Amino acid sequence: MLAANLARLVLIEARRGALPWLAGASLLFGLCIAAFLSQVALTESRALQLTIVAAVLRACAVFLVAAHVSNSVLREINDKGLELMLSLPLTRGAQYLGRLAGFAICAAALAVLFALPLLFWARPAAVALWALSLALETALIAAATLFFAMSLAQLVPAIAAIAGLYLLARSMASIQAIANGPLAEPSAVHDVARWAVEGVGLLLPSLDMVTRTEWLLYGPPDAQHYLAGLAGLGIYGALVTAAGMFDFQRSNF
Amino acid sequence: MRREQRALGAVPKALWAVLAVALAAQVAWQARELPRAPAASELPPPPSVHGLRLASFGEPEAVARLVALYVQSFDLGGTNSLPYQKLDYGRLVAWLRRILELDPRSQYPLFLAARVYAENPDPVRARLALDFVYQQFLIDPNRRWPWLAHAALTAKHQLADLPLARRYASAVQRYATAADVPLWAKQMELFILEDMNELDAARIMLGGMLESGMVQDPAELRFLRQRLQELEARIGAAK
Repeated sequence: MLAANLARLVLIEARRGALPWLAGASLLFGLCIAAFLSQVALTESRALQLTIVAAVLRACAVFLVAAHVSNSVLREINDKGLELMLSLPLTRGAQYLGRLAGFAICAAALAVLFALPLLFWARPAAVALWALSLALETALIAAATLFFAMSLAQLVPAIAAIAGLYLLARSMASIQAIANGPLAEPSAVHDVARWAVEGVGLLLPSLDMVTRTEWLLYGPPDAQHYLAGLAGLGIYGALVTAAGMFDFQRSNF
Repeated sequence: MRREQRALGAVPKALWAVLAVALAAQVAWQARELPRAPAASELPPPPSVHGLRLASFGEPEAVARLVALYVQSFDLGGTNSLPYQKLDYGRLVAWLRRILELDPRSQYPLFLAARVYAENPDPVRARLALDFVYQQFLIDPNRRWPWLAHAALTAKHQLADLPLARRYASAVQRYATAADVPLWAKQMELFILEDMNELDAARIMLGGMLESGMVQDPAELRFLRQRLQELEARIGAAK
């Protein structure tokens, strides 16, 4: 029950802070840039608007969640609010999960809000699948940011870490394709580099497989690929949550 | 969220002046004469598809369309009176190919090639654009046939190259096999054969179409039978 109260506090903080205004500004920005670009398109103007709005809003959702979570956690640490919370009769695990639940609900609400304008251009079923995928993706980002913010305890390193993780995870498939390309000269150095890339790939979620714009453009994906992508998010979410709780149990504040 | 603030009068006058001068300098700097758009021949070679995929951060469809806008607008702001006339079409076609590699289902690069770049008055450049459409049609005929059909019309009317137009029309008839491909697209070769005065070939082709049962609509059947009779009459008159 106390953990649920903690989640509620996180949501109240999000509602009263700048997050709703930033979400509105992101929507406005995405729609404006799509309207501008569609003016210069000779064909496929609706597809252009859809792809640009979807890509911009996805990036905005991830950035807003990461910035909000890291700012909220570090403010609580710096204001000694976390120490006060730790004095309550509540286990550290429950405290961590309560906060995470609040951030995840906040991320999911943002994902649903950002999916709504896409109904202008795409079919509702495709938008629903895209929104669910974005909700899980942003919840994963919230979990990873909570981990980085708690363990690094500084704003810039925490945001840099989550940005690096996210961009690397989104690009890993392309990096692996380059590393395995036929143009590379076979050599020991190249093999080591390729193995290193493959090794890093094992430690990252396949974010290029989820929340894909092509679902909105060309129709929903097949169930097997879709569920596999979401399962990958779930597994990685469990990993960063476990890592975060492990670190939180060991930390002295 | 709201912070307590002191009155504006608390700000030193020198700081007001510095702020005003800095703002004026910024506006003046940005308003200066900017260099004109690059000349048409300076279209750079396209990056590799791997590089573009890497830069897309998992959004290849969005990047494909942004690249299409970049290529399309490259020569529009130049000083040349005929847009695209001086463009290096070798590089241009490579860019269009990259866009299709990023999003194979996008119609944008094929539209640009067939409807914009192929209308270049330079026949060499126009043929490069048309050949790009033909090559890409062969990869996905049932989705890309409208652009090759347009290419056949461009070859016929703009280049006056009936053999090339027939080649394209023949490809549409042979490879675009989906049920939603309209009959007029499959009949294009027939009319081009007539224009080429290849009446016997046109008669054989038309007869084959009627016998194969691919035409089901009664009105179309009536029209094509009438066309066949006219052809046979013309052949008879020629002999």
